[in-house]
Parts: sequence; C-alpha cells; structure tokens
Amino acid sequence: MARILETRRLTPVTKYFRLDAPLIAASAKPGQFVMLRVREGGERIPITIADYDRAAGTLTIVVQEVGATTQRVCALEAGDEILDVVGPLGSPIEIPPGGHVCGVGGGFGSAALLCLMHQFTERGDRTTAILGARSKDLLILVDELRPHCNNVEVCTDDGSAGFKGFVTQRLAQLVAGEGPGRPDHVVAIGPMAMMRAVAETTREAKVKTLVSMDPLMVDGTGMCGGCRVTVGGKAQFACVDGPCFDAHQVDFDVAMRRNKQYVKEEKQALERLACRAAREAH
Amino acid sequence: MPLKRAEKTPMPVRDPRERALDFGEVNRGYSAAHAVFEAERCLRCQEPICVDGCPVQIPIPDFIHAVATGDLPAAAKILRSANPLPAICGRVCPQESQCEAECSMTQHFDPVGIGHLERYVADWERTQPPALQSTPSRKEKIAVIGAGPSGLVCAGELARLGYPVTIYEALHAPGGVLRYGIPEFRLPKTVLNWEIGVLKAMGVTVVCNVVIGKTLTLDALFEKHGYSAVFIGTGAGLPQFLGIPGESLNGVMSANEFLTRINLMRGYEFPEADTPVRVGKRVAVIGAGNTAMDAVRTSLRMGAEEALVVYRRSEKEMSARVEEYHHALEEGVKFHWLTNPLEILGNAEGWATSLKCQQMKLGPKDASGRARPIPIEGSEFEIAVDNVVLAIGTTPNPLLTRTTSGLLTNPKGCLVADEHTGLTSKSLVFAGGDAVTGAATVILAAGAGKRAARAMHEALAARVH
Ligand SMILES: Cc1cc2nc3c(=O)[nH]c(=O)nc-3n(C[C@H](O)[C@H](O)[C@H](O)COP(=O)(O)OP(=O)(O)OC[C@H]3O[C@@H](n4cnc5c(N)ncnc54)[C@H](O)[C@@H]3O)c2cc1C
Ligand code: FES
Repeated sequence: MARILETRRLTPVTKYFRLDAPLIAASAKPGQFVMLRVREGGERIPITIADYDRAAGTLTIVVQEVGATTQRVCALEAGDEILDVVGPLGSPIEIPPGGHVCGVGGGFGSAALLCLMHQFTERGDRTTAILGARSKDLLILVDELRPHCNNVEVCTDDGSAGFKGFVTQRLAQLVAGEGPGRPDHVVAIGPMAMMRAVAETTREAKVKTLVSMDPLMVDGTGMCGGCRVTVGGKAQFACVDGPCFDAHQVDFDVAMRRNKQYVKEEKQALERLACRAAREAH
Repeated sequence: MPLKRAEKTPMPVRDPRERALDFGEVNRGYSAAHAVFEAERCLRCQEPICVDGCPVQIPIPDFIHAVATGDLPAAAKILRSANPLPAICGRVCPQESQCEAECSMTQHFDPVGIGHLERYVADWERTQPPALQSTPSRKEKIAVIGAGPSGLVCAGELARLGYPVTIYEALHAPGGVLRYGIPEFRLPKTVLNWEIGVLKAMGVTVVCNVVIGKTLTLDALFEKHGYSAVFIGTGAGLPQFLGIPGESLNGVMSANEFLTRINLMRGYEFPEADTPVRVGKRVAVIGAGNTAMDAVRTSLRMGAEEALVVYRRSEKEMSARVEEYHHALEEGVKFHWLTNPLEILGNAEGWATSLKCQQMKLGPKDASGRARPIPIEGSEFEIAVDNVVLAIGTTPNPLLTRTTSGLLTNPKGCLVADEHTGLTSKSLVFAGGDAVTGAATVILAAGAGKRAARAMHEALAARVH
C-alpha cells in the first residue's frame, strides 16, 4: 500500500503522482520501474520511475491514461492509497561517464528523464534532453527538467513551441553536429513508434542508443516471460534483463505486434469502465 | 488378521463433463464413512515402510489408526506434528511414488489411500476453531524470503519456537506456486488462505510487494533491519523456453504466464477482474509434468475445444501425478507421445497457427535415467493450434543471487545449501525448496523449510552472546 502525497494533472491524459514509498525510494535507480495494482482483481501494470527523493522517502511517477487500469490510477488523488506498489524492478541504465548524453522523451516518457538526466549531469556528463509532443500544451515537465540538464530542447509537431517537427528530426541535427553537438549516448523513452524512429536516426551514425521497452507484463519479476522482447535475435525478459536495451538490436516489429495481443480485451475493459462511470453519473 | 479389501476406496469426483467447464474442485473428498472404511484397510505394519516413503516421515499408521477409531483430533495432531501443510499435501503430493508406493498392501492389492485420508483429516481440522494465538518469546528476529510452501513452513516452525518472523514476498499475495501455479480445481485458495491465517494467528508477519535483492538487499536485512538469520525460499520460478523458431508469436506463452494470468490474477473472471487471457479453440501444451496437466486442463475450463499435450518422451516417462493424468484423460485431453516440437508457425498478423513436430522413438537411457528420445527421420507433421503453452520446466530466479555477494549457486543456478541444515555459503543464511533443488515438490519444499527452521534455532542458540 502506498499513500499518494501529491498529484498534478500535466495534460488531459497524464498525471503526476508523488507517493510515500520509502523502501522503493531508498533503492531506486534511473531506468527502473514499479508494478502497480489499484484494486482487488486488478491487473499489475509497469510504470517507469520518474524520480525519487531518498531523504523524503518519496517516489514520483507519471501515468498516462491508455487503458482501464491507468484510468483508474488517474482517478486517484492525494490522500488516496495505491493498493500495491512493488519495485524498483528491472536493471538500472548504465552509461560510461564523461560523454554527451542525450535523453529523448516522447509523451509521458519525458518524466523518466527527470532522475536519469539528473544523475548524468551531477556526475559531470554533458546532458541534453529533447522533449517532444504534438503541441505546446501536451509537453510535460519541461521546467522541472531544466535544472537537471545542460540543454533542454523542445519539439512540437505544430511548431507551437520550440523546434517545429519530430524529436527525431532535431536529434538528427545533433547527430550531424549541430546545436549542442553530436551525442555519445542517446536514451529514448516514450511510445514504441518514437523509440523505433530514434533507433533509425542513430543507427547509421553508430551513436550508442538505449530504448526503454514497455512490453505487456504480468509479474515484473522474471516469472512469466510474457515481457520477452527480441534483442539481437534472442528472447530477453524486459522486466529483468531490461527494460532498457540496445536500440539497434531490438526487433521493434515483434515488440509492436506482441503489444497488440490484448487490444480487444483492453477495449472491452475501457468500454465497461466508461459504462460504469456513465451509470454512476446518473 | 481380518481380511482386507483389495481396492482403495475411490475418491468421489465430480462428473468430468460438468467439472471441465468450471474451476470448482474436482475431488470432493471422503465422507466420514469412506474415511473409516479406508482407514480400516491399513495393516498397521510392525515396521511401517510407508513412513520411509514420506519425505517428512508422517507416522502414517498412527494417524490412520486414529481415523479408524474416530479420534480425529488425535489424527490431526499426529499429522501436523510431521507435516505443517496436510490439507495441501493431501491434495497435491505424488503419493503413488512416495508413501503409497511403499505400502505393504501393494504386494497384492491397492495401497491404502494415505493421501485421501490425509486430506480428509486436514479438511476436518479446518472446520474446527483455529489454534490459539501466540506471541513471540525470543528476541532474535528472523526474515523469510518467499511465501511458497518452504517459506511458509519455515516461518510456522520458527514461530512455534518463539521467534518473531517476517515473510517478505515479491508478489501481492502469499503462497508461491500454490497461489499462482496450482489451479483452484485442484487446490482451492480457501485451503491456502486458511493455512496462511494460521501462520498469522501464530504471530508471523507477511509483507507482500517486497523483492529481496531489489527493494531491499539480503545484507540490509541483517545490517539495517536487525534480523539475526534469514531463510531463502524463493523457489524456481523462471520459465524456460525451447528456443525454437516462432516462440515470440502471439498466442505462445509459458505455462507460468498462462497459469499466473488465471490463478493469481483471476483471468477466468475477466472482465470482472482486469487481467485477460486469450484462449483459442485449440491449445497445445508442451511437456508432461504437473504444470503441463494444470495448464492443459485449465485451457479446457477457459473454453478450448481441443486440448493437447505434446511430449517428446512416452507415457512412462511422464512426471505428472497419475491422478492428474487420469483426470485429464477423463476430461478429454489428447496426448501426443514421442512428439518433439520443432517450430511454431504463424499467420500474417503474427498469431500462432500450427505446431510443426517430429515423431520420436525411445533410445538408450540418458543422464536422467530415462530413455532418450531419438528423432525419426522424415516424420515431420503439423498440428493446427491457436495457443502453444510451454511447460518444459523452470529454474531458480536469479534476482536475489545476482544482487547478493557470497551466495554460492551451482551451474544450474540453484543455491548451494547443506542437505541437512539448509545452511548456504553465507553465515546465518539458510535456504530450501525449489531454490535449492530446482523444480521439485511441495512436500520436499515443506520438509526443507522445517529442517532449516530447526537448524536456524540451533545456530542462534549456539551463538556466543
Ligand atoms: C503448475 C504447477 C503445478 C505443480 N503441481 C505440483 C503437485 O501437484 N504436487 C507437488 O508436490 N508439487 C507440484 N508443483 C511443484 C511445487 O509447487 C513446488 O515444488 C513448490 O511450490 C516449491 O516451493 P518453494 O517454497 O520452494 O517455492 P515457490 O512455491 O516457488 O515459492 C517461492 C516464492 O518466493 C517468492 N520470491 C521469489 N523471489 C523472491 C525475492 N527475491 N524476494 C521475495 N520473494 C521472492 C515468489 O514470488 C514465490 O511466491 C507444481 C508446480 C507448478 C508450477
Ligand atoms: S513480466 Fe513476467 S517475466 Fe517479465
């Protein structure tokens, strides 16, 4: 059980939560995740750790409403409890120090850059965050990230803020040596399509790139193998061996296809939840 | 000596056609009359070798005699003195290769239904008021990692010895395989919940959602949290895959995933419960152990029209309990013996559609002492499937060992521990169950938990204060 200390709507579909979770905060590292369950009979879902405060014993997560369970999470407010929170799970992101690290965040993925960029900046790496969204009002945590990065670059599809275009277009410019310059390491966190595009952007230039995979998970502890992703032709368990893998080795076709295994059931669950909400509103 | 009846009193079971449609328990249990009738078949041998066949040496003739004389409180007490999980073991132990294999009756007749009687006594016990609450009398705190049978039994035994015990469990509910693996139709959760209730009443604390090695390190349990000794009962939960082409197709999963979605996450209640599980018309389960039987019979209950077991060896080498095999046959499961899966083929959308197999024949014995299956050239054929469920074994989960220094494992990833005490390569750290033996049985895990508890008690008592 974890008590929610603070919540904030970041966009109509994303919400920021600060949780009282001292054990997890004490051992969390950038790149790891937690599994949540919000009700009896509820499913277990993986959520990336956005930030943590060891001294205060708090954990920050950002949840995007994509299905019934994330909608249930986002209906919770400060003072409410999350039934089950377990973590930190997965392997932390490890990058050799001393280089230029570029974090690319799409949608809720920007949140995970908070503790990640902080760690690299703190130890003296040069850091750039590229954050993207469709338009200005969908960008999240830009101001929160500034103190943790040497450069924060903003991209919007419609040009309502920062660079007009996709994060990958801006990243390509950096890889070509423009702006803050060619990164030594890229870490991309966000929707699968974006991560795949980032992988393609850095592949030829051979910039080392990590992507944070988010396959369907059941337990998150290595017990079911449902989270397996194909990396370099081999099956790997994202919850134990990942969730971050070498972007140039990941088979995104398989990953995207596997993530669609339960679309029908997910839709059914969403419709049920909507019906219930409508009934309760009467 | 009175004449003994040749046949074991049959276990009353639900009709296969009816039971294969729901998750209600298949075996109904003996009535009082059945139990006395069956108990009277026991010869009360001078030297009861059945006891040697029992991994925890239950004084079998004694408890059976108590049943025969109608003294159920005594029977329950005798059982519990040796086996802390009788209601569970009575249901899931492979009696045919343990106590009942040794029963003197088997020279001419069926063995005494020891397992059925064990279950009967334990089920009676659950209708009685629970044992008295107790409070810890010793100051050394002990941590148990993993709430499977080994951890539960170890914790119970330590609590009985007066230690304050905390069990840390990675999942959101305790029980280990008893919760996420063995289905409701074989082991109702009410039985497991009752056992856990007993532990809690004895003062054992169960903390779920803590992964030792991730949330807390093993060393931190000693250094930061003040535990004096630790028992590791983390099981062998890491599923193996075959490594054949097509394993990443949609509709292909490990038996652990399939069973966890259904048992732990209550997938059979979807959409009431939130975790779905997609079961098509034709399900092929690969392997022939208890896990395979559970998976294949579960697939029938989830609506599969055709449920198959595909196994590269023959019926003789199958490791499942005979009762489960018979129940599976009764329920209409089909068995493809001597059939080795080579590849899973899929459609354009990436869903599994068929399993390409090869016919095998038996050759000379291999390292496991079983006949080695040898491929028959040119015998390839395809079986149409919607799901392939892999039940080909599990190995210990490396989460804890990867993050703990000084904890030795063997090449198979199993913890190295003393056979008698469970002591690992780290001082005051003990281990038992599947984490040490690799995937084995509930009773072996329970026995190891109990022995380790005693050894921990001795080790703590022997420490210079
Ligand atoms: C489907 C299935 C059917 C079976 N049927 C039978 C049967 O009929 N008869 C029989 O005798 N045996 C059967 N078995 C085998 C039997 O269930 C196991 O041998 C037994 O459960 C092992 O007990 P254990 O305590 O060692 O581990 P487990 O039951 O595996 O429990 C280990 C527990 O530790 C937890 N854990 C793991 N790592 C950590 C960590 N780092 N921190 C905290 N917690 C952790 C796990 O979540 C789990 O709850 C079956 C197994 C399966 C999978
Ligand atoms: S989620 Fe089950 S093994 Fe990774």
